Amino acid sequence: MTRIGVVTFPGTLDDRDAARAVRVAGAQPVSLWHADDDLHEVDAVVLPGGFSYGDYLRAGAISRFAPVMTSVVDAAGRGLPVLGICNGFQVLTESHLLPGSMVKNDHLQFVCREQRLVVENNTTAWTRDFTAGEQITIPLKNQDGQYVADAATLARLEDEGRVVFRYHTVNPNGSRHDIAGVCNAAGNVVGLMPHPEHAVEPGFGPDGAAGPRTGTDGLRFFTSVLSTLVG
Amino acid sequence: MGRVVVDVMPKPEILDPQGKAVARALPRLGIDGFVTVRQGKRFELEVDGPVTDDVLAAARQAATTLLSNPVIEDVVRVADESAA
Repeated sequence: MTRIGVVTFPGTLDDRDAARAVRVAGAQPVSLWHADDDLHEVDAVVLPGGFSYGDYLRAGAISRFAPVMTSVVDAAGRGLPVLGICNGFQVLTESHLLPGSMVKNDHLQFVCREQRLVVENNTTAWTRDFTAGEQITIPLKNQDGQYVADAATLARLEDEGRVVFRYHTVNPNGSRHDIAGVCNAAGNVVGLMPHPEHAVEPGFGPDGAAGPRTGTDGLRFFTSVLSTLVG
Repeated sequence: MGRVVVDVMPKPEILDPQGKAVARALPRLGIDGFVTVRQGKRFELEVDGPVTDDVLAAARQAATTLLSNPVIEDVVRVADESAA
């Protein structure tokens, strides 16, 4: 069975939900600890959301230097699929696996909403079960979610098709180019602010076409990586 | 004891929402006339002994690798501020 690691840093909140999402998708979740540089032979890694190290200094800044991240950065360079969600996305930018950074929401408020997204790139390791241009809804909840990068970086991301998700209808935090998620050049590393792991089971996720809390659009992130790994 | 001070500021082109919130609060205290406020960070790094060139070089390395993120912040000062 495909093994997907879920990293826990001090202050991580959503590791249990991410592990549950991995299981619902049909893979085996493997707990990875921030202080252990052993990836336990996992086939992919999820960096879940939360407030690792209390968001001290900058969100994700301390986590970047955790022993497990040295191994994750190495393995990502060799093609290991890595998904960073919310705080995990911040860890990936601080680790230089993904370009840009996140600063405080432009309106200064914490935001929690069911967020509509457009899937712009369905060729990454984590999006191949979507169709390009598809609209999905998954929860968004953050304080430091405003994606920023300099003009040259934004132009490169757009030119190379590396904007993976864009906010639709509402830009909830002032992100440049409505960017909700990006990938690296190889497409194995994906980071996004919204939370797919909170939309994987009927009864617990956002509202969907079939009624209240029926939305399970997040599940296909996790089935996508299985499609990628199994071929 | 030697002390190195590192000042980090958000880049000018990056919106500084915290600074803007402070700027909006000042007039409520009756403090008028400050048209913009930008909020940064000050780090105090202390060593046993004097601040040598090596200590300053290490502080500069810390400033650019951990204390700041070059995408959103500038290191505006790394200085020996040891008490006389």
